[in-house]
Amino acid sequence: MKFGILINEGPFTHQAADTAYQFAKAAVAAGHEIFRVFFYHDGVNVASDLAVPPQDDRNVTDNWVKLAEANNIDMVVCIAAAQRRGLLDANEAQRQGKRADNIAPVFRISGLGQLVEAGIECDRLVTFGD
Amino acid sequence: MAEPWEEENEGKVKKFMFINRKAPYGTIYALESLEVVLITAAFDQDVSLVFTDDGVFQIKKGQTTAGIGMKNFSPTYRALEGYDIEKLYVDKESLDARGLTAEDLIVDVEVMSRAQLADLMNEQDVVMSF
Repeated sequence: MKFGILINEGPFTHQAADTAYQFAKAAVAAGHEIFRVFFYHDGVNVASDLAVPPQDDRNVTDNWVKLAEANNIDMVVCIAAAQRRGLLDANEAQRQGKRADNIAPVFRISGLGQLVEAGIECDRLVTFGD
Repeated sequence: MAEPWEEENEGKVKKFMFINRKAPYGTIYALESLEVVLITAAFDQDVSLVFTDDGVFQIKKGQTTAGIGMKNFSPTYRALEGYDIEKLYVDKESLDARGLTAEDLIVDVEVMSRAQLADLMNEQDVVMSF
């Protein structure tokens, strides 16, 4: 089955990004395809390259980066939601005159059309959040 | 020029339902979710909106937000018609519990029982709940 995943809550404050990760890992292991993971609302914070959780805790961003790299998963961060919350890729940081960028390499910034496309193309779009 | 996804998805129409459950202010869900609704309509999909729980306050008449320093985005709901979004449903129990009627709302809606909404939900291809 072709799955799309929507993550609506930020890491650590909320379990959504962890549960979605477990779901995606299990889906891939069972031979399903993850068409795209879309990060929206506070979920965009998962893409931050600058998070440094305590060493005895899981690293939500690293978990996703490894899973995405190993399985070539398309990881999309909503541009409007990201900019509002201070998440910028190198291009946007330069364009907005900001001194740093913080989007981890495996993620890409794009628009909400990518979420709608996932809804159209996937057999199931699964939402993780409140 | 058409984007690649526009050509790929030409003619593919799915039934998208957006379930609005939260108050318009206090959290960002209502505002950011409205963005998804508008983009979905721009993709020419079959869009329905449901307002339930505190979500019914999103379309209440007479919102004044100056006191909380936030933009009153309720006029956007009146613009939905211009995007051919005309399927607006409101949960009767949620209205009743808050002492509201359809007369208190800024847009024309169909007031439904929870059983009716459940049937409608069953007919959808994609359900996003915010």
